[in-house]
Amino acid sequence: MSDLSNNKPETGAFFQRDRAWHAPALTPGYKTSVLRSPQKALLSLDGTMSEITGPVFGHSLLGELDNDLIHNFAKPGESAIGERIIVHGRVLDERGHPVSGALLEFWQANAGGRYRHKKESYLAALDPNFGGCGRTITGEDGTYRFRTIRPGAYPWPNGVNDWRPAHIHFSIFGHGFAQRLITQMYFEGDPMIWKCPIVTTIPDRSAIEQLIAPLDWANTIPMDARAYKFDIVLRGRRSTLFENRMEGN
Amino acid sequence: MVQDLGYLKESPSQTAGPYVHIGCTPNFAGITGVYEADLGATMVNDRALGERITVRGRVIDGAGVPLKDALVEIWQADAAGFYNSPSELRGTADPNFTGWGRCPTGADDGIFTFETIKPGRAPYKDGRKMAPHITVWIVARGINIGLHTRMYFADEAEANAEDPLLARIEHRQRVATLVAPREGSVYTFDIHLQGEKETVFLDI
Repeated sequence: MSDLSNNKPETGAFFQRDRAWHAPALTPGYKTSVLRSPQKALLSLDGTMSEITGPVFGHSLLGELDNDLIHNFAKPGESAIGERIIVHGRVLDERGHPVSGALLEFWQANAGGRYRHKKESYLAALDPNFGGCGRTITGEDGTYRFRTIRPGAYPWPNGVNDWRPAHIHFSIFGHGFAQRLITQMYFEGDPMIWKCPIVTTIPDRSAIEQLIAPLDWANTIPMDARAYKFDIVLRGRRSTLFENRMEGN
Repeated sequence: MVQDLGYLKESPSQTAGPYVHIGCTPNFAGITGVYEADLGATMVNDRALGERITVRGRVIDGAGVPLKDALVEIWQADAAGFYNSPSELRGTADPNFTGWGRCPTGADDGIFTFETIKPGRAPYKDGRKMAPHITVWIVARGINIGLHTRMYFADEAEANAEDPLLARIEHRQRVATLVAPREGSVYTFDIHLQGEKETVFLDI
């Protein structure tokens, strides 16, 4: 692991997480949460060295096709079936600063809404040329991009007739372990977003809208792939300029 | 009217879902040939300093059943108490120890296992030393936002007694939920999501 940033590493503690902006732990409409949600109050504490620091991954980790889901599982000369898209954006923190060197991992269903997973039971067909995973690391300016196919919607056992809207899962590492985040990206214009019991675990409509990627016509590549832009915001951190200097520190 | 602070809102978390392995541990999920190895599967090499230990446990739901689709990540200091992170400015961490590990809970038994080293003590912000501990993060289907907690070591009773985080736990009988018992070189850390034995989770 190495830091490729030229910026001086920051050591401030992270902003308090706005828990009201996120889904609560217990969301009975999403049934699995009922037995998996802590019921006692969280213990709140300003970040320590254990949360201010975090693993950082170098670009040398990445293989050439890691950010190309159309080809990274496909046989030579073949490609995954589906609508070709580019997903790109920036990873920022709550101060609006770009987060460089952030590892992003993403996973998704294929164009028919089928995941390549042994627990998946949907009758839609597997695509022999689609694995469904990819990763990339943001540049100095916090930008990232990858190529994939637009995932399909799929049904899941929750209510009798619940379907997930098309989505891509994201796992993000910032610079501190307290910034660790997993979330999902949805697609502009999908009416199923507002019917989904997982989406609507998030109480605030504008918070949900933060997860909906607009079609980015300007970055669409003619005769090749449409673009969607998805910016991700991680927790900000305090300046250390005026931090308490306790004795013995 | 006043000036706008201009802060952005953190992207809301969403559950990792049942297929988190596809993205985070694809080789474990049977998707081979994309990445050489699953990230976080190995934390130490032969030259890593410190005492080798195994951390093993389960993530248990409110019905007492271990989760078989969870993903656990740990982050910790090296044997000298330094973190392998650019934000570690006190010194240089052991280059043979990553400090970060990732393990899915077993599809059959729900057990996660980390081969790591026992961490040293790192300072709290007021200069007091924290007891040796491992930071733990849990995601799974049904968990809407990743759960942070810490594992402490049962054979560090003296250090645990003066740990600033453990001291903040109001209901003292709950301290035990963060302290892993030792048998040989194996520490067992079962995480209870709910109920009488609910683990202390952190907003940190």
